Amino acid sequence: MASSTSNIQPDDEVLIEMYRRMLLIRKSEEQLFRDVKLGRTPGQVHLSDGQEAVAVGICANLDDRDQITSTHRGHGHYLAKGGDVNAMFAEVYGKAEGICRGMGGSMHVADFSKGIVGANGIVGAGLGIATGAGLANQLEGEGRVAVCFFGDGAANQGSLMESLNISSLWRLPVLFVCENNGFSEFSPSDTVTSGVISDRAKPFGIPVWNIDGNDVVEVWRTALEAVDHCRSGAGPAFIEARTYRYSGHFSAEAMVLSTPYRSDEEIQAWRARDPVARTRALIIDRGAADATACERMEMEVDACVEGAVAFGEAGTAPDPGTAEQLMRMGS
Amino acid sequence: MTREITLSQAVNEAIAEEMRRDETVILVGEDVAEAGTPFKVLSGLVEEFGTDRVIDTPIAEPGFMGIAVGAAMTGLRPIVDLMFGDFLYLVMDQLCNQAAKTHYMSGGKLNVPLVLRTNLGATRRSAAQHSQSLHALVAHIPGLKVAMPSSAYEAKGLLKAAIRDDNPVVIFEDKLMYQDKAPVPEEEYLLPLGEAAILREGLEVTLIGTSSMRQVCEKAAEILEADGISAEVVDPRTLVPLDEGTILGSVRKTSRAIVVDEGHQNFGVTAEIAARISEKAFYHLDAPVIRMGAMDVPVPFSPALEDLTVPTPEAVAANARALVRGVPVHAL
Repeated sequence: MASSTSNIQPDDEVLIEMYRRMLLIRKSEEQLFRDVKLGRTPGQVHLSDGQEAVAVGICANLDDRDQITSTHRGHGHYLAKGGDVNAMFAEVYGKAEGICRGMGGSMHVADFSKGIVGANGIVGAGLGIATGAGLANQLEGEGRVAVCFFGDGAANQGSLMESLNISSLWRLPVLFVCENNGFSEFSPSDTVTSGVISDRAKPFGIPVWNIDGNDVVEVWRTALEAVDHCRSGAGPAFIEARTYRYSGHFSAEAMVLSTPYRSDEEIQAWRARDPVARTRALIIDRGAADATACERMEMEVDACVEGAVAFGEAGTAPDPGTAEQLMRMGS
Repeated sequence: MTREITLSQAVNEAIAEEMRRDETVILVGEDVAEAGTPFKVLSGLVEEFGTDRVIDTPIAEPGFMGIAVGAAMTGLRPIVDLMFGDFLYLVMDQLCNQAAKTHYMSGGKLNVPLVLRTNLGATRRSAAQHSQSLHALVAHIPGLKVAMPSSAYEAKGLLKAAIRDDNPVVIFEDKLMYQDKAPVPEEEYLLPLGEAAILREGLEVTLIGTSSMRQVCEKAAEILEADGISAEVVDPRTLVPLDEGTILGSVRKTSRAIVVDEGHQNFGVTAEIAARISEKAFYHLDAPVIRMGAMDVPVPFSPALEDLTVPTPEAVAANARALVRGVPVHAL
């Protein structure tokens, strides 16, 4: 399927809430990029600016009971699934008040109370984990769905085939969401990927959608159908969402790469299709809210991010004893 | 003639020289061509050797490791670039079940001349899946040689020897050392696998340090010198083969030893070397052999914790002082 078969629209409330979430992700990540440059974060960050509509459009169809697995580019998934923004900033700053108590950092932000089963530093690792969550969901019989977010880079790991086969064979409630942003780290897709990624799920009998990942309504509408498919017990589903990350693979790449691997024209072309701006335009066009209301929302989100920075900054360094204490708790 | 170059440049030179010398040498890995890796180590190689020999792969570590093993069995000499040492877990079957065993299982009739270049080292604030030092895992497997260069000089000489070796060699470079400079000869040289180096002579305690822990031991030796204690520093350079003769010779002279390595301490490289000293130089020892590895925890993200997990010169010096003064390091 090129896109969803229905033309159902989110109601105004849902659309506005999706916009608010996308804004929160965008402004949080812009802040984190500034924080890296200010030396406020101990490490580097992998930003998803430009990809917000995928995380938000999918998660708008999930409850807290549903799970997601995230990636090294996980801030957006975390916030879209309802993770606490203050605890995320504290985590990226390496503070004890962080969502993982300062143990994980940017690459591993995960709010387990919201069904986030982990953000991962190993490309493709979430495929098996989400499939395992799907098995747990099936045995539990409560209708929970596991969503695996992964990139086009991860689609080239062999674990994709293993997970597609097993989830289809066992009819597990797993939604595979490939965020195709066109790059495997610094390698353009056409140099490392053959064929169409979503086609890889077809031989397993898995329903497939290939959509514009920068259109939050299309993502939302497709996810509505795909999540319903998974929840009904019919087995896994697969969405490939085409999108783009403006800030590249990671925050220090301008320093390490001798030659740019993408053109300014390309970045500008994608910015012209910016998912946040498109959603704002749609809200106003549809009369769901006026420009003043949107500006008010934007100021609220700014205040929310400022609050998260303040919370993170006020956080404390983990007690040295926790380095070993956690191991004893786990043993 | 020597000049000072970075460890990164030394690796780059070694690969370029060997690729010029032997057209069967190829380079395979993620973002090795135009990007030259996120550590900038391979910049310029694709311009000289082209994309037929400097090959960008998909993110598919088990896949490209398997391809390298197959190519090595059939006439090429691949250098595999594994972007982070942490990704070793992904290539374990190809490396340990295939590459390591082929020569032996074929009765010596088939060789697997490949080099796996990867890295180790924490304190880059990259959290537990991008900070590990996993060389002990590989050193445990018969059939794999393991090199641990501690300077630009060693990185170049060991890598050139590894590329010419007819069976698999795994080289671990410390991520934090890529920009460290050291004198490197302009003339060609190789450092044989299996020869340790005594970097500083001393009489009272032997400090054995692998990779960047060599610098930690050298700094500890300076601290000790100020205290009037004479420490010898030994760099094994390769774990497999291990130059027991040099290590044991040093310990027989000093009667005390501390082994320092950035892998986890439990069941690690420090344990192996300490056990060999205890078995083979027992009657020369005046004190127990001390192991100093990384803390046995996944590497924590927060700098406040991460920095605690790696041995420091001060901690090495404190243990050495206690050994020399006859103070028990561990409670009896």
